[in-house]
Amino acid sequence: MSELPVGITRERGLHLLREMLRIRQFEARCAELYGAGKIRGFLHLYDGEEAVAVGVMQVLGTGDSIVSTYREHGHAIARGIELGPLMAELYGRRAGCSGGRGGSMHIFDAATRFYGGNAIVGGGLPLALGIALAEKMRGGRGLAACFFGEGAAAEGEFHESMNLAALWRLPVLFLCENNLYAMGTALARSESQTDIQAKATAYGVRAAVVDGMDVFAVEAAVRDAAAFARAGNGPTLLEFRTYRFRAHSMFDAQLYRDKAEVEEWRRHGPVISLTTRLKAAGLMSEEDFQRIEKEADAEVQAAVDFAEQSDWEPVADLARHVYAEVAAP
Amino acid sequence: MTPGPGSRITYREAVKQGIREALARDPRVFLIGEDVGRYGGCFAVSKGLLDEFGEERIRDTPLSESAFVGAGIGAAMAGMRPIVEIMTVNFSLLAIDQIVNNAATLCHMSGGQFPVPVVIRMATGAGRQLAAQHSHSFEAWYAHVPGLRVVEPATIDDARGMLRPALESPDPVIIFEPISLYNMEGELTDAAASVDLSHARVHRSGRDVTLITYGASLWRCVTAAEELATSGIDAEIVDLRSLRPLDDAAILGSVRRTRRVVIVDEGWRTGSLSAEVAMRIVEQGFYDLDAPIGRVCTEEVPIPYPKHLEDAALPDAARIVAAVRRTMGDAQ
Repeated sequence: MSELPVGITRERGLHLLREMLRIRQFEARCAELYGAGKIRGFLHLYDGEEAVAVGVMQVLGTGDSIVSTYREHGHAIARGIELGPLMAELYGRRAGCSGGRGGSMHIFDAATRFYGGNAIVGGGLPLALGIALAEKMRGGRGLAACFFGEGAAAEGEFHESMNLAALWRLPVLFLCENNLYAMGTALARSESQTDIQAKATAYGVRAAVVDGMDVFAVEAAVRDAAAFARAGNGPTLLEFRTYRFRAHSMFDAQLYRDKAEVEEWRRHGPVISLTTRLKAAGLMSEEDFQRIEKEADAEVQAAVDFAEQSDWEPVADLARHVYAEVAAP
Repeated sequence: MTPGPGSRITYREAVKQGIREALARDPRVFLIGEDVGRYGGCFAVSKGLLDEFGEERIRDTPLSESAFVGAGIGAAMAGMRPIVEIMTVNFSLLAIDQIVNNAATLCHMSGGQFPVPVVIRMATGAGRQLAAQHSHSFEAWYAHVPGLRVVEPATIDDARGMLRPALESPDPVIIFEPISLYNMEGELTDAAASVDLSHARVHRSGRDVTLITYGASLWRCVTAAEELATSGIDAEIVDLRSLRPLDDAAILGSVRRTRRVVIVDEGWRTGSLSAEVAMRIVEQGFYDLDAPIGRVCTEEVPIPYPKHLEDAALPDAARIVAAVRRTMGDAQ
């Protein structure tokens, strides 16, 4: 386990832990609610990958944009979307952050420039290019941060996007969450070249491999990539080595991996790793941890209450928003 | 110099002038696609625009339809007004994920937070001996999809004028430009300044039969109507212009006047726009009909290369005339 970086304060450490626990407790509740039939459709949990979302969002500012995947609860929470509208979206209620029309896989929030969970693997990358291109053409400093899994590296859109982003030096952060399995297919069973960063490098995209279980390593790598992009130097791909502790979705019997492998990864998961280090450094007590977890649980409970109390959109509004009701910005 | 009303110009030139005006009018507008810049456009539509507007706004792309169409969609969501050019409708199938899964869905799925004001232009149709991977008419595929607006200018005025309302629309608009019309010459009229996106237009008024069509087939219908006129059959021609939404009121209005209909569609008959139009007439105007609806569509073959076979596959005036005569029956 890596050391705490120099200069980490108690306040900073607890903030990062709190952000990760908000995601984890939110999703633990989601799993229960799925079992209870409150959440339907596909539900992809982020459990185990929290350090990536939290580390990334420490760097991004209000002028930056995010394009995400169908496993995006963590990205949304770390970005600052409130848990109430998020949970209401998973319930499919009118007060959901996408008006209930998207559900778990399609979280949108214009206020935080959260351009949605995209459920077509690789489909978000070209969108991120365009958002970055718009920013560049206007002379802005904003970045487009684009999350995708390692499975996307097999899609043509990944390769087209690497090439175009490098060619036009677009301010894009390609954030690859390599959790080793594209649904049930292990990387080595689907890719002739399993080194994702090598693929990016081949297109002239700067790339690095990052320990995705270490929130400090994630933050440092993103800070460097963001500065590089803001200076007009173009995109970076960061391959975060991470792992999802739970099934791909709620329909997954996990026949493709050993329980021992999951347990091994859990032992150096992002929350346990940060907790252990903060305690060892004397920056946090067990009471602190309990308190933060309890606060997160209370916030999640309030979100569930908010979702439960939100009404359903009337069926008469079914066709709303197929076409825009207001002029586009 | 910008050609004004009364000028005789080609369809190609009319499209170019529409793009030129848009670029001059709005700094958010840019043209993006394969060979739009240095080459001047695969069909020479954008020739000269690079010199006038520069590389930032006349943006050549790699052969990556999905990436540059998606980039256009993303840029539109982020406040720009891109005009994306895809060389032909056949190539657009490489970007159909972006068009159908993203452009068409994101406004709805985001609860209205993210409109997608992108314009995607592409060449469509046969008639230039380009064989089966450059000549098809997949308008119906796109017209099938809620969230998209689909138009096909068939006249010089529409070729010039449709881009402006398309760019002003907050929704994704697909503009189909028939390959066989780029060299067509015609007169630009005052109407080019104020065309709309969603209405059909009666191109020729007539009493006896309605020909409903769009795109290059408009001119096949015009030829057919002239021939029919010599034997005393007065055909009305409705140019759909908008393929999504379809202008039911204009379609039914004409049907109620003439009570006989032939639909002319360069798409294949099966699952075609002609089928959709016919069914709407049946649903809303069955009792206004005096005869079964006729259809002239492209033969159900991949478009062949040799001219005689390509011609045989496509709707033409002779087949339209024959279909009208069948529809007229004893009324002739």
